[in-house]
Amino acid sequence: MEPLLEIKNLACGYQAQPVFTHVNLKLYPKQLSGLVGPSGCGKTTLIKTILGLAHPWVGEIWFRGQKLQPGVSPPKVGYVPQVETVDWSFPVTAEEVVMMGRYRRRNVSPFPSKRDRQVARELLYRVGVEDVAHQPIGELSGGQQQRVFIARALVGEPDIVLLDEPTSSSDLRVQHELLHLLAELNQQGLTILLSTHDLNSVATHLPWVICFNHGIIAQGEPTEVFTPQTLEQTFGGEMVVIREGDRILIASSLSTLRHRMQDNLPSILRQTH
Amino acid sequence: MDLLLRPFQYEFFSRALLVAMLAGLLCGVMGVYITTRRMSYIAHGLSHAILGGAVLSYVLQLNFYIGAGIWGFISALVIQFLTGRKIYADAAIGIVTTASFALGIAIISTYRQFTKSFEAALFGNVLGVTPNDVWVVTCVTVVLLALVFIFYRPLLFWSFDRDVAKVHGVPVLAMDILFALMLAAMLVTTLQILGVTLIISAIIIPASIARLLSDRFGMMMIYAAGLGAGISFVGIYLSYYFDVASGASVVLLSTLVFGIVLLWTNFKQRRKRRAVDSHLL
Repeated sequence: MEPLLEIKNLACGYQAQPVFTHVNLKLYPKQLSGLVGPSGCGKTTLIKTILGLAHPWVGEIWFRGQKLQPGVSPPKVGYVPQVETVDWSFPVTAEEVVMMGRYRRRNVSPFPSKRDRQVARELLYRVGVEDVAHQPIGELSGGQQQRVFIARALVGEPDIVLLDEPTSSSDLRVQHELLHLLAELNQQGLTILLSTHDLNSVATHLPWVICFNHGIIAQGEPTEVFTPQTLEQTFGGEMVVIREGDRILIASSLSTLRHRMQDNLPSILRQTH
Repeated sequence: MDLLLRPFQYEFFSRALLVAMLAGLLCGVMGVYITTRRMSYIAHGLSHAILGGAVLSYVLQLNFYIGAGIWGFISALVIQFLTGRKIYADAAIGIVTTASFALGIAIISTYRQFTKSFEAALFGNVLGVTPNDVWVVTCVTVVLLALVFIFYRPLLFWSFDRDVAKVHGVPVLAMDILFALMLAAMLVTTLQILGVTLIISAIIIPASIARLLSDRFGMMMIYAAGLGAGISFVGIYLSYYFDVASGASVVLLSTLVFGIVLLWTNFKQRRKRRAVDSHLL
C-alpha cells in the first residue's frame, strides 16, 4: 500500500538549535497513530513541519505521492492545535468555529452560506456537541471545546487529521471520550496522528505508537514498543512496565507504580473481565 | 427647536460632525479586530509612529496622507518583522514607535514653524477639517469597509487562529500585509481629526462596549460601528453647548457609555444567575 504521508530524512529547528533530526516516517491510510514523547522533545515542531507551519532544514515531505514545498500545508489535512494556544475569550460561537474550516470550500459570498451552516451542524452532531452550536467557544467545557475543534478539522473533509496534545488538559473521563471518538472516526476511514506525553491513559490505547525524542526512537504496536529500554531512551529516565494480557501499565518508578495500581486497581479488574 | 439646530448653521460644524461620524464608524469596525487580537498597544504605538512620518512628509513637501500612510505601513511591517526574533511584540512596538515619534519631535524642534500643526496632530482638530479632508475620510472609510466585507471570512479566521487558518488555505501573509495597510490607512486618515492621544479611545472603547453586548464577532462589528458613529456625533454636538474641546467631549461620552453598559450587563448577569439559583432551590 502506498503511504498517505511520507517523511524522508527530515530535520528542523529554531535559530541554530536543532529540534529533531533524521526523521523518517510513513503513515498509511486509515492508520491511527500516537506520537509519544516527553514535553519539549519536538512533537509539536514535527506536527508543525508536516503542516507547513515550520520550515524544515533538510528533508522531504510527501503527501499522496506528491512532494510538498517547504512551508506549504498539505491540501487535505485537518489540524487540532494545543488548547493552550487558543484565545478562548475570542467572540465566536462553536458553529462559527466549525464554519471557519469550510474556507477552502467557500463560494463567492464573503459570508458563510446556508450549506456551510448545514455542514457545520452535521459535524457538530457527528462529534456529539450539536446542542452547543450557538454558545460562545469560551463558555464550553474542555471536552466540548476539543470536539468543536475536531469538527472544524473534519469539516474540510480531510484525508488526515493531526492533533497536538488533544488530551493534555482533560480529566480521565474526557480523555476516554475523546479517544473513543477518534477511534470511531478512524473506523470510518480517517487517518489520524495525535501527539501525547501521557503514556498510560492515552498511548497504551492507541494501535500504533511512535516513540519520539528529538527523533524517532521506535515505532510499532504498544505491546511491542513499550519496553523499559525504549521508554528510558524516549523519556530519559528509568521506567517500569507491567503487562497483563494485552494491557500495559507504565510508571516512572516502583513507588509511582504502586500508587497508580492502587488508584487503578478496580478499573483494571473491570477491564480484564 | 431652533436652539437644537443652531450648531448646524455653521458649515464647519456640520462638516466636523460628518467626518467625526465616519472616523468613529471606521475606528469602531477596525477596533473589533484590534481589541480581539489584543493589539491595542500597536494601534496606540502606530498612531505615535505616524507622527514621525507626518512631520517628515511636511518637511519633504509630500502629500500628508501618502507620506504618513507609507510611514505607518512600514512601521507596522517592521514591528511584525522584529516580533518573534527574541523580541516580544510589546518591546518591538516600543522600539519602533518611540524612535519614529522621537524623529518627529527632533524635526519639529529643528523647524520650529509648525508648532500649531504638531498640536493638531497630538490632540486633533475636528472643527478645522477641510472639504478635502471630508472626501479623503469618506473614500478611505468606504474602501476599508469594502475590504472588511470582502475579506470577512479570512480575516476572522486569521484573527482567531493564524496557524490553523494557514492550514485551511487562508493566505495569512497576505492578511498580515492587508491588515497592516488597513491599520495605517485608518490611523493616517483619522489622525488629523482625533489626534494621536485621543485616537486610541475611538478604537478601543466602542469595540469594548460591543464586546460587553455580544459574543459574536459580526454583531460586535455592527455594534461598534454604530456606537463609534453615534458617540462621535453626540459628543461633538454636546461640545458645542458645553463649550469644551470636541475630542475630549467624545472620549468622555464614550467612557460614560462604557460605564453604563458595563453596569447594565453586570446587572443583567446577576439577575440571570439569581433566576437560575432560585430555580435550582
